Amino acid sequence: MSEISNLKAGLIADINAADTLDALEALRVGAMGKNGVVTGLLKTLGPMSPEERLEKGPPIQDLRESVTAALADRKAALEQAALDAKLAAEKIDMTLPAGIGPQGSVHPVSQVMDELAEIFADLGFSVATGPEIEDDWHNFTALNIPETHPARAMHDTFYFPDAEGKKMLLRTHTSPVQIRTMMSGEPPIRIIAPGRVYRSDSDATHTPMFHQIEGLVIDKGITLGHLKWTLETFLKAFFERDDIVLRLRPSYFPFTEPSVEVDVGYTLTNGQRVIGGDGDAPGGGWLEVLGSGMVNRRVIEACGLDPDEWQGFAFGTGVDRLAMLKYGMNDLRAFFDGDLRWLKHYGFSALDVPTLSGGVGA
Amino acid sequence: MKFTLSWLKTHLATDADLPTILKGLTNIGLEVEGVENPADKLAPFRIARVLTAEPHPQADKLQVLTVDAGDGPLQVVCGAPNARAGLVGVFGTEGAVVPVNGMVLKKTAIRGVESNGMMCSFRELELGEDHEGIIELNADSPVGEVYARWAGLDDPVIDVSITPNRQDCMGVRGIARDLAAAGLGTLNPIIVPTVEGVRPGPDVRVEDEDGCPAFFARTVQGVTNGQSPEWMARRLKAIGQKPISTLVDITNYLMIDLGRPLHVYDMATLKGPLTARKGKSGEEVLALNGKTYTVDETMTVIADDEAVHDIGGIMGGEHSGATDATTDVLIECAYFTPERIAVTGQKLGLTSDARGRFERGVDPAFLDDGLSIATDLVVKLCGGTPSQATRAGEPPVANKIVRYEPSQCLALAGVYVRDDEQKRILESLGFGVEGHDATFEYEDGMPVTTPAHWSVSVPSWRRDVDGWPDLVEEVVRIVGLDQVPSTPLPRAPGVARPTATAEQLVERRVRRTAAARDLAEAINWSFISEKEAASVGGGDWTLANPISEDLKVMRPSLLPGLLSATRRNMDRGAASVRLFEVGRRYFAEKERATIGFVLAGEKTPRGWQTGKAQAFSAFDAKAEVLALLAAAGAPVANLQSFGEASGAYHPGQSGTLRLGPKVVLAEFGVLHPSLAKQFGLTGTVVAGEIFLDAIPAKRKSGFMRAPYAPPALQAVKRDFAFVVDEAVEADALVRAVKGADKKAIVDARLFDVFVGPGVDEGRKSLAIEVTLQPGEKSFSQDELDAISAAVVKAAEKLGGTLRG
Repeated sequence: MSEISNLKAGLIADINAADTLDALEALRVGAMGKNGVVTGLLKTLGPMSPEERLEKGPPIQDLRESVTAALADRKAALEQAALDAKLAAEKIDMTLPAGIGPQGSVHPVSQVMDELAEIFADLGFSVATGPEIEDDWHNFTALNIPETHPARAMHDTFYFPDAEGKKMLLRTHTSPVQIRTMMSGEPPIRIIAPGRVYRSDSDATHTPMFHQIEGLVIDKGITLGHLKWTLETFLKAFFERDDIVLRLRPSYFPFTEPSVEVDVGYTLTNGQRVIGGDGDAPGGGWLEVLGSGMVNRRVIEACGLDPDEWQGFAFGTGVDRLAMLKYGMNDLRAFFDGDLRWLKHYGFSALDVPTLSGGVGA
Repeated sequence: MKFTLSWLKTHLATDADLPTILKGLTNIGLEVEGVENPADKLAPFRIARVLTAEPHPQADKLQVLTVDAGDGPLQVVCGAPNARAGLVGVFGTEGAVVPVNGMVLKKTAIRGVESNGMMCSFRELELGEDHEGIIELNADSPVGEVYARWAGLDDPVIDVSITPNRQDCMGVRGIARDLAAAGLGTLNPIIVPTVEGVRPGPDVRVEDEDGCPAFFARTVQGVTNGQSPEWMARRLKAIGQKPISTLVDITNYLMIDLGRPLHVYDMATLKGPLTARKGKSGEEVLALNGKTYTVDETMTVIADDEAVHDIGGIMGGEHSGATDATTDVLIECAYFTPERIAVTGQKLGLTSDARGRFERGVDPAFLDDGLSIATDLVVKLCGGTPSQATRAGEPPVANKIVRYEPSQCLALAGVYVRDDEQKRILESLGFGVEGHDATFEYEDGMPVTTPAHWSVSVPSWRRDVDGWPDLVEEVVRIVGLDQVPSTPLPRAPGVARPTATAEQLVERRVRRTAAARDLAEAINWSFISEKEAASVGGGDWTLANPISEDLKVMRPSLLPGLLSATRRNMDRGAASVRLFEVGRRYFAEKERATIGFVLAGEKTPRGWQTGKAQAFSAFDAKAEVLALLAAAGAPVANLQSFGEASGAYHPGQSGTLRLGPKVVLAEFGVLHPSLAKQFGLTGTVVAGEIFLDAIPAKRKSGFMRAPYAPPALQAVKRDFAFVVDEAVEADALVRAVKGADKKAIVDARLFDVFVGPGVDEGRKSLAIEVTLQPGEKSFSQDELDAISAAVVKAAEKLGGTLRG
């Protein structure tokens, strides 16, 4: 008996001492191969009588199982060691830079226009557009600005040479879209009209091209109170602040009556004007953000609607200016320079799609 | 429009303090643009008496003074030649800031002698140009008093912005009237003196009744022109008007005070009667601003027998203006037609305070009174005797009556204002209100009801008011817009519905796709230079009055703007530029929505993995174009590749993608080297434009997709290589191969192009991977052979031979 247990101890010791897979294989062949010692012992079981096998079989089977298990364990250990060694040899410098591609961006004006469209969609305003090259009827006359009206001098208009009796110009505001909308559709109307507008003006806060968004509501029983609510609601949603305070000032636009200019209160925070709070509070002030009013009856009439039946309000605001106030740029000219550094800093990710659930700002 | 608080108070009796008045002004639509009290910066300067004056021991031109500014003697070193004992002047103590240069006065030693402040000149206090010596006040001036307060300089200057409809507020009186209506005081009655003329009025005539319907005038003979009285000069100076002479100052003062422009002629310079007539083409007039203007027959002028003396309602002539030597004057008080003034002013590029008022429309009922007030002032301040008034023409006083129902205030403005309050407001603004009760009558047997309403007569100075909404506006602005209740717009039930237009959705998708593909969005000018426009085919719209030559032609392509931006970025050291813009191109017939992009510089920078920096190729442009077209919803698989991109591109390395042969959806490629050079760009620049308006709108047919189940059997791939003539376009071969068995072949992808050994000169080898999708059962060998044969046959039609 002790012969087999000695053999077992010797084989297992040899197996555990094997330091290469080849050495282990040689041991396997020596023990379990065709002519191996364990194989030889197993062969002796065949001719034995059942009684003898009952007595001598179990130690031999135990030997076989133990050696087989030892071989498998050792093989796994050696393979693991080999893999570990291989992986250790494959170490690279993970601090090397990964190739980070360039980053695209959405222009702040586009982003803010999307924000505005989202807010006004919730208020039931659809989007309307019109040509940028307009005739003077849509840009001025229909808006109650006759030829000699001083308001025409207020707009520094870009004109094209006269052709076929029609005076063509670059629209000075998005208001002609009001006219086109009222002439082509039936009230009730709720639209916003964003787009490029042009005035012959150039300094840090004026560029010859900029962006406006126009709003128009025509319905029955619409009053200045609705205008006030709409602007308050819109500005609160846009700046995502509940402490937005508006100051409405009587003003004059030929196409609205009464006309109202809208200032929004700001507070100085670290030298920056931050929208929110009462502009009359110490350290505060007012910034003009909107022009608006009740649509002049003459404008409604010019569009072929009955002003005794339909009435409404209109407003217009600078998209670039809203972007500046919300996101803190201070030079309008940079908006149109295409400077990649500026676009990277002030631009937005493609995935910053304004949503009401996620907040329109980014 | 600037005025001072004390000036306002000559018309408005009020206890309101300055902040209340400022807030009131803005609330009623007279926006305060600024307010400044000149006394603020002069607060530390007091009236002081020089007690002693001794020569400075170390300097000839300096004196050592002892000065009493109310707190006992102080030693001061002074260099003014007029400094002497007994002089009463203005003294700045230690800590005061000298207005003219911002210097802070400190206790100091001048040439070894202690000095405790400064005796000041007018210039140092920014009160004038005089710097000959220190200020000398009357000897009885109160020593120790703050000088500015004593001198009447403690008078805030208020600057308000007047909207174009409010000519009545181009005078201090109009502003006072508005404030009184708003409850901030009482409007003082205007005093119109009775002027007894001692001789007939001057011979003035109106020929151009359209341009100048009324020309009233008086003369004053025997005047002495000189310096205006202190109160008038001080007020004019405070608002930035330079006092000139009494006669001129009177006209300026009344223009600011009452919004009534006037003109004074020196009668000695006139030959014959003064006539308001149309200008004659080529006539010249040297205006008071020293410039010569050429008038034409659309303009109204005031002329005598020999010359034009006034560009009617805008600016007087230099030669006939009042001077110190003037003894006899003619005072003009006329009404010029606003529309004509506006056109004339624009044509001449001439602005003036008078134009600003006539253009808005002065009060046509105030000619007589204005002339009397002016004449009276001239007589009182300059002496002389007045003539009677000559009244040529008739001012267009409208006498408008507006029908108004007080309920219209609530209907339009959404705010309820009691009838009696509305009446009070309108009357305090000068409107007349006559009430009519509701009536009920029969007309031809039909009952006709007329609701209660008012007949509101519009004051002559409110040219802007002609309908009931104007009256609502008057009531609401005086009541205050803060009284208008915020009223929610009715909301449609349910969740807000989508509102964006199809075009807008396409623009949004391409914009965000481009940004996601690592391009940065730029917004470039819609107008470019003529040269730039010419380089991309020329523009259809050229501005008549561009702001500069660089911004003159409406762009027919987005490329010039993008290339200029690229250039600017390169100049700033950018190694790689990837820009896009979404915007319109402008053509005679329409404006076309477009997305354009430019890729320039390095596609990938040099890197430890990638080696040298890589440049962009035409296929980078193609990749962007295809991705953007797909995002825009274009049927990308059905598009055909053509050459024939515009001249902006390299003729051999560019192309177009079309839907059918005519509808071009996009063009792209390597920029033509000469165009790149024109924009100062070196290296390969690639670009593309997608014409968004040419993309057919996607038909929306609900959200349901076509039914689909992935095929059960795996697709089989087979490779083919064909040798074709070099002229054969790869796309043609791929399409031919794909069309060889439309049922089995679901895809064909070109994966290799080879020219070289083993391929004949002038030929190329194109390798294509064909994907075959079995249906219900796997392909048999026979079927596969048949498909292969069809593929080879299709290639042969293009002259392709299967490569062995």
